[in-house]
Amino acid sequence: MTRTITIARRELSSYFYSPIAYVAMTLFLLACGMLFREDFRPGQPAAMRTIFDWMVWLLVFIVPVLCMGLLAQEWASGTIETMMTAPVGESDMVLGKFLGSLLFFVVLLVPTLLYVVLLAIYAQPDYGPIFSGYLGIVLVGSLFISIGLFCSSLTRSQVIAAVSAVAILFVITIVPWWVGARTSLVGFWRSVVEQGVFTRYTDFSKGIVDSANLIFFIATTTVFLFLTVKILESRRWK
Amino acid sequence: MISVSQLTKVYGQTVAVDGVSFDVSKGQIVGFLGPNGAGKSTTLRMLTCYLPPTSGTATVAGFDIFHDSMKVREHLGYLPENVPLYTEMKVTEYLDFRGRLRRMDRETRRKRIDYVIERCWLGSVRRKTIGHLSKGFRQRVGLADALLHNPPVLILDEPTVGLDPAQIRETRKLIRDLGGEHTLLLSTHILPEVEAVCDRAIVIAGGKIVAQGSPDELRASRRMQARVLVECRGPAREVELALSRVSGVSKVEIVNGQTTGGNYITAAVRPKEAYDVREEVARTVIQHGWPLREIRLEHATLEEFFVQVTANQAMASAATEKD
Repeated sequence: MTRTITIARRELSSYFYSPIAYVAMTLFLLACGMLFREDFRPGQPAAMRTIFDWMVWLLVFIVPVLCMGLLAQEWASGTIETMMTAPVGESDMVLGKFLGSLLFFVVLLVPTLLYVVLLAIYAQPDYGPIFSGYLGIVLVGSLFISIGLFCSSLTRSQVIAAVSAVAILFVITIVPWWVGARTSLVGFWRSVVEQGVFTRYTDFSKGIVDSANLIFFIATTTVFLFLTVKILESRRWK
Repeated sequence: MISVSQLTKVYGQTVAVDGVSFDVSKGQIVGFLGPNGAGKSTTLRMLTCYLPPTSGTATVAGFDIFHDSMKVREHLGYLPENVPLYTEMKVTEYLDFRGRLRRMDRETRRKRIDYVIERCWLGSVRRKTIGHLSKGFRQRVGLADALLHNPPVLILDEPTVGLDPAQIRETRKLIRDLGGEHTLLLSTHILPEVEAVCDRAIVIAGGKIVAQGSPDELRASRRMQARVLVECRGPAREVELALSRVSGVSKVEIVNGQTTGGNYITAAVRPKEAYDVREEVARTVIQHGWPLREIRLEHATLEEFFVQVTANQAMASAATEKD
């Protein structure tokens, strides 16, 4: 466990050396600021639903950029060899990288707490949905990070890692939402479409913390982390 | 400290390492010598638990590389080829990170980092970012990392590649100093390196061990006898004939010089095993009245040996491919 934390710490601090992380952070916060205008208007309810819902869309593009280098860079520079010949297990490595990125993601969200402060100054917001909305965003973030990490483990190229991660996130987030909103599906296909990340997430932004949704995000995150560990181990079978 | 038995690694159709066996005893410095693509790095990667062998076994510091991989890695310092490092970190920051990975406590980390920084001459760059360092300094950071936890076994993959001559000398000196206390296995394709630092060399070509022994033993092996070079003035044909009659001489060759005229010629005299023919050769030359300018015993260089064994191996593998 100490090794996982050591790796997570290094990963978190390496974000602050990377220009790409700052660019992604800036774009994310800029877009959030513009979207917050929709929530922050006279006559609107003092809530953050619009911005929370939009954040998921932004993250489809932001998280892959944040995660593209996590392992691809290790493969490309060969540092994976120095890591895996130290007494570090594959799961230490993957979990450490994941936690480091998740922490950075939380750091990325911290400035948006300003919106909560603004709402509190000018109105009486209902803190329940705001809290559940943040919880949901962190869960969505962890799923997206685990997918970004997985894609990064498959290739030496950061570009390929980012593009494939965006593709997967697009398919599991935006496509089901689009299909669900535009067609009248019933039965089996309706329930497939409802597995979409966006559908699952909107419950959180409404203020509903459903254990089914919690389990959905935790389980899918775990699956992708597990797959990433297996990819790292697979160099041994080749 | 390192014991390797029938280690084999197959990538798809290619056999990168083919039944390699050797032992390295405690405190020895062993050079792993071979041309590029001979299977050196693959062997080292198996010993450091980065890649599992296809078959065969090895133990490092008494632990099996397959079943006790974590223990092996704890007792091992490894400098990979090309020295991959996290370039955005500072030197001390990186070493501290590596120390934490090895679960060294704060006090030990501080002491060991100071020690390896001094040992690897990193004092002037300890607060610099690794990405801004020259190749030579990066190599030393890698070496410092390998030494950090004071491992009994050090495995260095081409530790002097890309360094300038002064740095190469410093690094070799450091390696020699580390011998005795640590067991070292280092790979190289540079021969003088083996002669300069190693107690023993293992020559590998085409994934197989083609020779092993101390540099002296390799030189003394049958294929690589010494020869006596005689420079004198005389008719080449007669000189050749006269010298080949000297007892203990197996073969005489005129390596340069004209067959006619009064110019100096050089004859290479190959003695039979364990004969020193210099006195007899000199006497013969003088007796014939040929002015003698130089007589010199030339030891075979490891270079020749290396070229010879690796060329043989390449020819052998080409031949089997034809079959």
